[in-house]
Amino acid sequence: MRTVHAADMLLAAEAGNHTARNLTITLFLVFVAVTLAITIWASRQTKTATDFYAGGRSFSGFQNGMAIGGDYMSAASFLGIAGIIALYGYDGFLYSIGFLVAWLVALLLVAELLRNSGRYTMADVLAFRMRQRPVRTAAAVSTITVSIFYLLAQMVGAGALVALLLGIKPGTTFLGMDAATAKVATIIMVGALMIIYVTVGGMKGTTYVQIVKAFLLMSGALLMTVLVLAKYNFNLSELLGAAAASSGKGDRLLEPGLRYGVEVAGNATQTFYNKMDLLSLGIALVLGTAGLPHILIRFYTVPTAKAARKSVLWAIGIIGTFYLLTLALGFGAAALVGGEAITAQDKAGNTAAPQLAEALGLEFFGGELGGAALLAIIAAVAFATILAVVAGLTLASSSSLAHDFYANVLKKGETSERQEVRVARISALVIGAISILLSIYAQNLNVAFLVALAFAVAASGNLPAILYSLFWRRFNTSGAVWAIYGGLLSAVLLVFFSPVVSGAATSMFPDHDWQWFPLSNPGILSIPFGFLCGWLGTIVSKEHDEEKYAELEVRALTGSGAH
Amino acid sequence: MSTDTPAPAASQSDKYLAVQRSDEFAGLRRALRGFVFPMTVAFFLWYALYVILSAYARDFMGTKLFGSNINVALVFGLLQFVSTFLIAWLYSRYADRKIDPVADRIRAEIGEVTHENGPRG
Repeated sequence: MRTVHAADMLLAAEAGNHTARNLTITLFLVFVAVTLAITIWASRQTKTATDFYAGGRSFSGFQNGMAIGGDYMSAASFLGIAGIIALYGYDGFLYSIGFLVAWLVALLLVAELLRNSGRYTMADVLAFRMRQRPVRTAAAVSTITVSIFYLLAQMVGAGALVALLLGIKPGTTFLGMDAATAKVATIIMVGALMIIYVTVGGMKGTTYVQIVKAFLLMSGALLMTVLVLAKYNFNLSELLGAAAASSGKGDRLLEPGLRYGVEVAGNATQTFYNKMDLLSLGIALVLGTAGLPHILIRFYTVPTAKAARKSVLWAIGIIGTFYLLTLALGFGAAALVGGEAITAQDKAGNTAAPQLAEALGLEFFGGELGGAALLAIIAAVAFATILAVVAGLTLASSSSLAHDFYANVLKKGETSERQEVRVARISALVIGAISILLSIYAQNLNVAFLVALAFAVAASGNLPAILYSLFWRRFNTSGAVWAIYGGLLSAVLLVFFSPVVSGAATSMFPDHDWQWFPLSNPGILSIPFGFLCGWLGTIVSKEHDEEKYAELEVRALTGSGAH
Repeated sequence: MSTDTPAPAASQSDKYLAVQRSDEFAGLRRALRGFVFPMTVAFFLWYALYVILSAYARDFMGTKLFGSNINVALVFGLLQFVSTFLIAWLYSRYADRKIDPVADRIRAEIGEVTHENGPRG
């Protein structure tokens, strides 16, 4: 097996650098121009609140399935998982399996019932038979917290990637910007674009951006997979063997345990914690998806529960296929780029996929120019990926702020549709601006854990509240409020006292130490705790509205009176 | 919202209560829960088994198969994809046959409803 060594890569990079950079920027500008045109078109179709929040409920199951894929497959799943597979092999696959299996929770328990009984936000279902103000306040707090965590991880990630993807090396500049300035500029640009997509295009514009992105991402991943497999005669075993050989890890690359649940020789306690951490991560990944507000609001964009079911089926097909492709991309990068060359560029492996693109271009499309071209395409796809996800997150949090907090808590439902949409647009601007500022502040901190934390909060607070609401007759206001705050606070506090925030070299604050909770992932404790809080909060309160429960259950199961 | 026409709220909630207590609706609830609850337990245990084996049965997961570089861990992981696709397909078939027709019938029986009695969504 021929391996492209670090030195070769560097030479190719020097020569192709300029071409690749110009091409990346051109392609990215084309994407921005096309999506902005779509956004402006969408804004002309956006007249009512239903248009703004739910895209007029006019999307087909397939369109929404693509958009769900575009909303869900973040840079963390594309660059992150490909990188983890390239460096740690099998354990990256474990991550993607959790992300996929999670969709069964959404399909079987949540999507259709939520579509039938809600209107614009997660809180519409949670507050259906409860007192509006406490439940909507809790839901808005949770929605905005989860979305901002997720946003920060994506935006800081975008800033970290730009220097690598555009090849801005220390000591060199691009348009007069050094790597540090380019980072801040990228965060601001990503933030500004997501604000424009959401305020101008609403759900319609955001959905089309996500559909275009899903198409680009799938095409790019498919092309690279075919090339990788062609290189190894479409023989999976040959690819795996080459990956193991070039990774520097040997056969261990193909087995679990390099990254998660690491066995520390002679330290049984740490080994135990590491394995608990793996289980904890696994549970949060599977249960988190169906509690992510930016995913839940996508079910409102189709006309019926049946269409919501179809969109989840499409999403499972698209997302499942994508994660199978990342398996080939990750092992392909290990085989063709090699572990050493990947860590030389980025210790976390986030550049494994772009580096693989360059190596494949070199091999299949006529040398340096081909390498530069494929690298540019994949880098542009990575930016498109980030943009589509952050737009979805901004929309979810601004919808909740306007619809739940402003219209139903502050104004107690006494506001016009026009005014509510105006507030939603302003909210998107405010949340976008806050995210930009927080991201600039956090740009040099290790915030990659925030995605896993967002999943843990969604699984610990939102999911218990949603499931109890839909399936438990006795559930009430106090139960919903306890579940959301209990799950949210326990997940956030445990992580705050965990090694991801302080007390370790890889922490967010490596120079401080207030760590006492040994696991990086809180789910194994906070998820049961959230469910327990929901149960306890319910039984300590006598409140119960049998009529409203009958209405919710009948509407959820039959679609009667659905918006 | 503005397009809703006012309706006597009491009669509407009585209607929902009556439907919820009907045998036909109980059958729909049973059909849905009878499928989704056991299936959720099944896929969750199947996934938990996979994660637990990845954490605690490393030697077993690392066993190579068919004299190739493909090991038990990879096959187990791919089976999670297969089971996810399979359950999704089974549910869609089940819902088409056993749930949608009943739900459609009950919805038609309830007829037009207004949202005055619902949340100001």
